[in-house]
Amino acid sequence: MSFIQLKNVSYKYPIGKGDVLKGINVKIEKGGFYALIGANGSGKTTFCNVLRGFVPHFYKGDLRGDVLIDGKDIREWEMGELAQKIGFVFQNPFTQISGVKETVFEEIAFGLENLGVDVDIIIQKVEEVIGLLGIDYLRDKNPQELSGGQKQRVALASIIVMEPEILVIDEPTSQLDPRGTEEIFKIIELMKLKGKTIILAEHKIELIAEKAEQILVFQDGEVVMQGTTEEILTDPQVLEYGAALPQYALLGLEMKKRNWEVGQIPLTEQQAITTVKGLSHPKGEQVCHS
Amino acid sequence: MSFLTLEDVSFRYPNGYKAVENVNMSFSKGEAVAIVGQNGAGKTTTVKLMNGLLKPESGNVIIDGWNTKDYTTAQISRKVGYVFQNPDDQIFHSDVYSEIEFAPKRLGLPPEKIKESVMKAAELAGVVPYLKEHPYNLPFSMRKFVTIASVLAMESKVIILDEPSAGQDLLAMERLGLMIRTLVAEGKTVITITHDMEFVVNHFERVIVMANRRKISEGNKRDIFWDFDVLEESMLKQPHISRVSRSLQLEEKVLSIDEMMNHLQQVNNW
Repeated sequence: MSFIQLKNVSYKYPIGKGDVLKGINVKIEKGGFYALIGANGSGKTTFCNVLRGFVPHFYKGDLRGDVLIDGKDIREWEMGELAQKIGFVFQNPFTQISGVKETVFEEIAFGLENLGVDVDIIIQKVEEVIGLLGIDYLRDKNPQELSGGQKQRVALASIIVMEPEILVIDEPTSQLDPRGTEEIFKIIELMKLKGKTIILAEHKIELIAEKAEQILVFQDGEVVMQGTTEEILTDPQVLEYGAALPQYALLGLEMKKRNWEVGQIPLTEQQAITTVKGLSHPKGEQVCHS
Repeated sequence: MSFLTLEDVSFRYPNGYKAVENVNMSFSKGEAVAIVGQNGAGKTTTVKLMNGLLKPESGNVIIDGWNTKDYTTAQISRKVGYVFQNPDDQIFHSDVYSEIEFAPKRLGLPPEKIKESVMKAAELAGVVPYLKEHPYNLPFSMRKFVTIASVLAMESKVIILDEPSAGQDLLAMERLGLMIRTLVAEGKTVITITHDMEFVVNHFERVIVMANRRKISEGNKRDIFWDFDVLEESMLKQPHISRVSRSLQLEEKVLSIDEMMNHLQQVNNW
């Protein structure tokens, strides 16, 4: 049985005009790294909100079908209980930072404090996470005075310290610079190595191609494609659905279109280098190029 | 001829933080220029100096013959429109139409002219279907286009876009590109801050690189993206396809898929 399973799930927000999720069937396996891609407004964020129980617990609205988390229906989970199982990182770190804590250390400790964990254990766990994420130099700073990238790392730290089994991360890098983006992806990879299940909505498709194992393509509230990263991100159909493909795959597809011998369509920089090195022209015939 | 010039401009925030040091830049009518660099490099402060939101501590900012020191931000905003990085810093009306209409109305234009400006701006930014919506009912990415439209409606000669590509999807990126081309064709100057190097390759020729509060380089995108000292200092990466080209030590400094295809065809004589 899958770790998370959605069976024929549809959802309408309380004041919404129509369904924002339509007949979704998805299985998520423990320890997998799943990326959600698709146009803005295609349902990725609402899907994330279903997984963390914000739909229907907080937003109410009309949820149909079955959402099973670790075998138990989402409607039967207590919000507090679910929050310990699923950590959620917002798109905007400013939304996540509590605003009531004066140091990064206290900010990261905030969640555990609320659970009434022993002070000694809190300190130990916060120290661990600070070490793991390499943010020791931030520990005494005021969370409000950090850069966007630093804030987002602190936001992640404050979730990771709770030790959730599943991390749902909604466009964590959309407001960050390239360096900040890399730092966030390093942390996500680290969590993957620790056996966490990762569900990530993200537009930066070259990074997705490099790191994710499975892809769900959203369009207009439906999951229109799902499969391995290799299958999905080399398929030009993805573009028809308003989602992006990596530059490397687009290069390979263009070569294929011209009947060059490409072999496997490349997904990453390394694969693209191999592809170009191994290029050969089909049967030596001259192709007419426009 | 230069329409907007920054002469040896430095700026320090009231808390003492020096955000920009000795920056020189100039922009002509009818060109699109990208400003790149990591967060904290001074990009946003630099563009805020261009529309008079900030005034230089030393040096001069000259727009169309005006020194920004001698004019109010409201006066300068007729010449230079600035779209904030975060749309929520800018939006304050309860429907999209009123939001876009605000600036041309304040300029005291006749009603027909206001309507014309609003509709033209809404069309260019792709927000016509949302004119009656509350801006906050729209997703972040669309709110950004609402703020772009409200600046376009001013019909200023210079338009500054601060990270318009952040969080945008494929279609939105294409719309941004088309919009920039249209504005440049109308003779406007479009200055854009972005972290997306493919976006730069697709829609800009000239690139300005900032790092550590200074302009460290500027030039044609090909020269910039193949200048490894500049990339290292600014901690920027080459566009994806250029990286492949570099690893393979291809003779040509390619930037895009098309260029890579043409190069491979030529060298292989296909």
